[in-house]
Amino acid sequence: MLKYSLRRLLIGAGMLLALSMLIFVMLRLTPGDPIDAYIDPNVPMSPSDLVELRATLGLDQPLPVQYLAWLQQALTGNLGYSIQRPDQAVLGLVVSRVGPTVLLMGTAIVIAIIAGIATGIVSAVRRNSLADISFSVLAVTGISSPPFLSGLVGLYLFSVYFNWMPSGGMLTPGREFSLLDLIHHLILPASLLALAQTALIMRYMRGSMLEVLNLDYVRTARAKGVSEFWVITKHALRNALLPVITLIGSTIGLAIGGAIFIESVFNWPGMGLLMVTAVENRDYPVIMGSTLVIGACVIVVNLMTDLAYAAVDPRIKVG
Amino acid sequence: MQQAAETILDVKGLRTVFRVRAGEVTAVNGIDLSVAAGETLALVGESGSGKSVTSLSVMRLLTRKIGAIAAGSVHLKRKDGKVRDLVSLSEQEMRSIRGDDIGMIFQEPMSSLNPVYTIGDQISEPIRIHRGADRKSAMDAAISLLDQVGIPDAARRVKQYPHELSGGMRQRATIAMALACDPTLLIADEPTTALDVTIQAQILDLLQKLQRERGMAMLFVTHNLGVVAEIAHRVAVMYAGRIVETGPVVDVFRNPKHPYTMGLLASMPKLGDATRMKQAGEKLAAIPGMVPSLMNMPAGCAFEPRCKFATEDCRKAVPPLFDVSPHHKSRCIHWQEV
Repeated sequence: MLKYSLRRLLIGAGMLLALSMLIFVMLRLTPGDPIDAYIDPNVPMSPSDLVELRATLGLDQPLPVQYLAWLQQALTGNLGYSIQRPDQAVLGLVVSRVGPTVLLMGTAIVIAIIAGIATGIVSAVRRNSLADISFSVLAVTGISSPPFLSGLVGLYLFSVYFNWMPSGGMLTPGREFSLLDLIHHLILPASLLALAQTALIMRYMRGSMLEVLNLDYVRTARAKGVSEFWVITKHALRNALLPVITLIGSTIGLAIGGAIFIESVFNWPGMGLLMVTAVENRDYPVIMGSTLVIGACVIVVNLMTDLAYAAVDPRIKVG
Repeated sequence: MQQAAETILDVKGLRTVFRVRAGEVTAVNGIDLSVAAGETLALVGESGSGKSVTSLSVMRLLTRKIGAIAAGSVHLKRKDGKVRDLVSLSEQEMRSIRGDDIGMIFQEPMSSLNPVYTIGDQISEPIRIHRGADRKSAMDAAISLLDQVGIPDAARRVKQYPHELSGGMRQRATIAMALACDPTLLIADEPTTALDVTIQAQILDLLQKLQRERGMAMLFVTHNLGVVAEIAHRVAVMYAGRIVETGPVVDVFRNPKHPYTMGLLASMPKLGDATRMKQAGEKLAAIPGMVPSLMNMPAGCAFEPRCKFATEDCRKAVPPLFDVSPHHKSRCIHWQEV
């Protein structure tokens, strides 16, 4: 398993390299010039100064040379400096934002897994009941509302209309840090981020559970005198979870996309917000750095999914 | 000898219906059967004759949405000597019977074992449920059970998962699981159908040996008459939800008194038949026609449309069971001519 994980991580490193190349080229193919972000439009600049600045920044070199120069520095841990805030190293900037995003996404994923699996089981076991139908309606609504919409609606409903939750930020400014304050700020964006994923997990869980409940070994368990509770939670659940685990792994990538929206809507000081601001300001080094970190996260999560799958299903041997 | 033994299972007038879109269809239509301790009753019939539904009805394992027992009684003598009617029991008491008083073996050894739990876990589960045994002692019991069903190296095998065992081994494991709590009745629903012929013979031998050792009653559901001859003391032939002929295996096989049983026996190839029949230009006997649909049962004898003895009288009413001899019965008004 260790060997398998190492091999996967090695492949992951290759994927990151390809990703960095792709982003680099794509950023440079977009209209505009990195130099635009660098100069102050209010200060007049002569064309000769511009050429000189270009040469200092290395922007006069061919693209592959620029990329290799970036890569060489990146490998030593230097992801450059933010154009917008030249005193800040990209690496430090990104690292300082990882924590809040991991907190937001982690909470959202935990909510989605618990709520999705629980409602999925109830829906399957009490098929066509009022609970099943209500969960299904909610799920379809959840799946079909994009995060920017559910984010805004949720913000309006819970922060503005009911005034139950703060409308943004991670902590109340000026107040001493308290866990309660953090949770108070966290719960709304995390729940909204979890919405689509919960709905997806619920639908999968329900289908998978319904299928498993009809299988022979479930009947065997009943024939042994196992109570219905244990038939579902022991014999059926573990088997029904297998396809759901794959789904959870692949939706984490989706959740990152959702996190970018939710962080913008709720002004959550995470990677998503960092990235959106960077794109708006053409802050090329920050875009590069944050994309790479997100890419690395997705690769690690996928590896973890595969390992979890092997842990649940004895028929699968990784390696 | 069998008559002297105590009756374990006594089914009277069992009727099981399936709910379908068009209403209800009767899958099992008023069957009577009984099995005594140490005795094997084979329930024989084609697919759709209602034999598996009968065994699932006894276990009350039909899901409410699909089917339900509509009439009749299923009396079981429990281990404590009390006779209970399973049809009217609470689900909770029924659960205490399943896996304890009645063990059940199913057809597909691969799909009837849970792929994500070890063999040992699954075999020891009924012991933990019914005897309240702790994990360790239940696991020891599972090892000894695997030993009894002829799985070598049982201590290692209990830690394995179903996919690591061969088909025959898996069926031995399901037998061990069914026997875990020393049931007084074993229901085997086509336990050898999915297995290779050589493995089939081994499993049949094993079941016979275990039954003799434990003095269990056994209800053996099968469509294979060869298996019946090998394992059963008595046989009940089912056709379209009813028992059409029942009696000791020797009597029914040597002297069938229902045209359907005759047809079944005649369609069984015997060794050497192939060459003889090729030379004589004969074909293997087959029963003409098809099993009637449950939705559209004839008013009289269900076998009448396929029967060469059929007369006008057959169409009038469902024939009762006639006594051919004290223990041999046939549901054919022409049984004396058959």
